[in-house]
Amino acid sequence: MLTRRIIPCLDIKDGRTVKGVNFVQLRDAGDPVELAATYANQGADELVFLDISATTENRKTLTELVKKVAARINIPFTVGGGISSIKDVTPLLEAGADKVSLNSSAVKNPELIDELAKEFGSQFVVLALDARKIDNQWIIHTHGGRYATEKKLFSWAKDVQNRGAGEILFTSMDHDGTQSGFAIDPLQKLNQLLSIPVIASGGAGHPVHFADAFLTGKADAALAASVFHFGEIRIPELKLFLKTNQIPVRL
Amino acid sequence: MNIAIIKYNAGNIRSVAFALERLGLSHSTTDDPEEIQYADKVIFPGVGEARSTMEYLRYKKLDKVIVTLKQPVLGICLGMQLLCQHSEENNTPCLGLFDETVKKFTPSSSYKVPHTGWNSLVSVNDWIDPSCLNQFFYFVHSYYVPVNPFTSATTEYTIPFSAAMKKNNFYAVQFHPEKSAETGEKILMSFLTSSL
Repeated sequence: MLTRRIIPCLDIKDGRTVKGVNFVQLRDAGDPVELAATYANQGADELVFLDISATTENRKTLTELVKKVAARINIPFTVGGGISSIKDVTPLLEAGADKVSLNSSAVKNPELIDELAKEFGSQFVVLALDARKIDNQWIIHTHGGRYATEKKLFSWAKDVQNRGAGEILFTSMDHDGTQSGFAIDPLQKLNQLLSIPVIASGGAGHPVHFADAFLTGKADAALAASVFHFGEIRIPELKLFLKTNQIPVRL
Repeated sequence: MNIAIIKYNAGNIRSVAFALERLGLSHSTTDDPEEIQYADKVIFPGVGEARSTMEYLRYKKLDKVIVTLKQPVLGICLGMQLLCQHSEENNTPCLGLFDETVKKFTPSSSYKVPHTGWNSLVSVNDWIDPSCLNQFFYFVHSYYVPVNPFTSATTEYTIPFSAAMKKNNFYAVQFHPEKSAETGEKILMSFLTSSL
């Protein structure tokens, strides 16, 4: 039986893991390679690395980091942040990344999704949708949440699926870092609307939140950062909890 | 032992190389026909799209090299699919070593496509160790090879499909052993270190 996935996310800035609240107020959370290895040993199903500095001078640092992670980790991992063309993707792929995650660049140039899916296959392309509720509408934001766009979450999600995205990483910016639970309603709606997997992100604070994301939100995977980095939730216990709640997990 | 990983335009070639390094096995990643032909074991990895990958293999004349290999060859994911006769993915003629047509999963409300994540083997035989039964492996694919006389392990997703196959010297897995933690490493080791 296909299991639900637990995915620790490492936000990377200048080669270190950081974590903020509502996308700001960054705290240092350690060496990404060591953290990644720990999570893999604890039974994480995948890892996501998001380069949140993503400036040109940091690209080399990121590629080096990807290589170190790939050499060490025996589970799949996704790399995102600052990818704006096929030419940004090749070094990451060669360094050992299994998937890439796009956000701002895909909003600016949706054709990029088609191109990447055609070149590398849909399974390689994850679309990160960062959204915040404004006037009762879920609005897509870019550049680490700094800019609101014209795009609405549900129509954009459908569009990226049609263009060949293989997976959606939906982050509710309103919930991110608050530890008050995932945004269940939009998650449920995305899962009804889409035929590709959806990863829930933003708001994990308690094992019950994960169970809600899977049972009520129908998410295929759930992603979190701080609760894992700061040891508030340990992956083995989280998975046991989910299993006792009849959610299929890999133990 | 001399292990060759076939180098072509597919993704995840580095991941396979890294997995062998973690297992302490030396290898070369190459598109040189002679080097591939003289290797003791060959790995044909792959993540990507069938048509463009087959076009590249033909352009590099690797298609002819692969089908004539006599030593044990392991196809992974797209590598496994390309060993078949034909793929529904962009209606692509493939290498034809397994007489099967690669089909697309039909998505439904309870089954998303691509089939993404950790799924278990529900039957195992032949070269797949019995201890792998009910163990989890990492899958990510939209197309599958139906169960056939050469199937060595099955997994269920909408229907039972081939998770592993073997015909003569050609071995294949739909999952990614290089990304399937310790269970995947066991499969790689059994292919690479046993006297198949």
